[in-house]
Amino acid sequence: MHHRHHNHGAGRALAAGMLGAAAGAIVLMAARSMMRDNHPMGPEDSPRHAWRRRAGRRWREGAVVGRSITVNAPREEVYSRWRDFSTFPNFMENVVSVTPLDQTRSRWVIEGPAGSTVEFETRITEDRPNELIAWESDEDAEVRNSGRVTFRDAPGGRGTEIEAVIAYDPPGGAVGRMAAKLFQKEPGVQAKRELRRFKQLMETGEISTAASGSASSRA
Amino acid sequence: MRALVWHGKHDVRVDTVDDPEIVNPRDAIIKITSTAICGSDLHLYDGVIPTMRPGDILGHEFMGEVVEVGKGNTRLKKGDRVVVPFVIACGKCFFCEKQQYSACDNSNPADKADMSQMLYGHQMAGLFGYSHLTGGYAGGQAEYVRVPYSDIGPIVVPDDLEDDEVLFLSDILPTGWMAAENCEIEEGDTVAVWGCGPVGLFAIQSALIMGAEQVIAIDHYPHRLELARKLGAKVINYKNARVYEALMEMTGGIGPDAVIDAVGLESHGFAPDNLYDYAKQTLKLETDRPHVLRQAIYACRKGGRVSVPGVYGGFVDKFPVGAFMQKGLTLRTGQTHVQKYLAPLLEMIRERKIDTTFLISHRLPLEQGPDGYRKFAFEQNDTTKVVLKPGWEKSNG
Ligand SMILES: [Zn+2]
Ligand SMILES: [Zn+2]
Repeated sequence: MHHRHHNHGAGRALAAGMLGAAAGAIVLMAARSMMRDNHPMGPEDSPRHAWRRRAGRRWREGAVVGRSITVNAPREEVYSRWRDFSTFPNFMENVVSVTPLDQTRSRWVIEGPAGSTVEFETRITEDRPNELIAWESDEDAEVRNSGRVTFRDAPGGRGTEIEAVIAYDPPGGAVGRMAAKLFQKEPGVQAKRELRRFKQLMETGEISTAASGSASSRA
Repeated sequence: MRALVWHGKHDVRVDTVDDPEIVNPRDAIIKITSTAICGSDLHLYDGVIPTMRPGDILGHEFMGEVVEVGKGNTRLKKGDRVVVPFVIACGKCFFCEKQQYSACDNSNPADKADMSQMLYGHQMAGLFGYSHLTGGYAGGQAEYVRVPYSDIGPIVVPDDLEDDEVLFLSDILPTGWMAAENCEIEEGDTVAVWGCGPVGLFAIQSALIMGAEQVIAIDHYPHRLELARKLGAKVINYKNARVYEALMEMTGGIGPDAVIDAVGLESHGFAPDNLYDYAKQTLKLETDRPHVLRQAIYACRKGGRVSVPGVYGGFVDKFPVGAFMQKGLTLRTGQTHVQKYLAPLLEMIRERKIDTTFLISHRLPLEQGPDGYRKFAFEQNDTTKVVLKPGWEKSNG
């Protein structure tokens, strides 16, 4: 495992952005541990590896996370629900809001530590209805990131396979190290949870919780 | 409300806690009228199930009256009398659609599901009152409980049936039934059942209903063996007899066609490998004590079926894979798909084909729940099943 440190300013805002964004993790995943197996040898069809190879030049040491889940619903429905970015806060932790600005641009507000928020804009780089949505943050975003979600019919009428591959450039310096340390224990865990919640919403109409009500916090 | 709360190993108390509320549209709130202590609750009581937290409300076998219904539930209404399955299932996912409810993809909350995925490779369904591995849902040994996906699970029961007649639909009756179903019983079959606790006793009844020629029950508690015999089983007391030898004698040397391990991770036995298991478990090298499973596989006839309704949570070593493969056995197991069996089993109860009330040895007010646990854990011969009645505390307590 190697981790090179960039020196593009690591201030408070960046710390907030890093922590908050990593928590909203389908979008931004601190996944230094993903780099354990970053020397693919021979043929490889797993999304993380395949895309990582293509993205390798652009995302240098950037973490790339691949996650798949099957949703028991038609592809058109799944795609159109995902295409509505404004619903992301329903199943993504720490994403406060995503506001569509026009057909392709959205403004994201992410929760940071101690009540702070971080904002950035993304634009859709590719949109093939019922097949694929890809987006990318602006070049000057505090945490440069990119996502690509594909939708396929699952075999045997099982619904839709969603494959989410997310990349981001980890910030350098002390903040980057801290964040990597914080999240390397659970690589991809947030992404997995967010896909699970999306699936729950699509299939059951609600998000499963063990909470017993507003009065108690038995979550 | 009052609820039976887990504080630690051999430490459960009845505490005052917040009432549950409707959280999601498909929820219902049930006012509990009867709730049982399960053999698997003893695993929690003994502190051998990980991810329990002090403050967790226990209980996964319960029934009662619907007092509140979420907006998304059009099936239940206030006043309905329902029995609630211990397995929480969404009814909409791939597994639920296949009626494999205990494999539900959605009922374990997203943040809790990581643990079982890490342990087992896949997330498990949510269960009531059974650790955070299965979702951390509050259980039903309480005055009230929140029931998620209540339009799928609970079955409405008619007023002419008493609580005690239908309560066990929540777990042990369908669990015993599925254990027998997993034996794929054919005409002339002998089924051997290890463990004459509630699940074992219901498995015996079920196997006989399904047409088994003989059912052989194995335990060491005389009272439980007596109950098994009353249900029509032949019995082996493993303190008196060598189980393998006895089974061979009773099956003309062929061995049972199907074997059921209704004991699971808390098997009580005195053979040396059991002590070895105990030592390993104490040293945390092995989490389950699989003595019975080994014995069952060893005794099972060639090409036979091994059914495991007993709860296993972690790893076992010395799994007799050689005997298992060489004899070509089939292993079937799993948490019970309770929802699938509710309607047919309720019908059999109505037709008096299955009796469940014989099992109950103690009926106590909820307030005496801790006594119930003590009795069930330490006086197993006489304590076959404890039912707690939350409504009783004032009048009878
Ligand atoms: Zn039970
Ligand atoms: Zn389900």
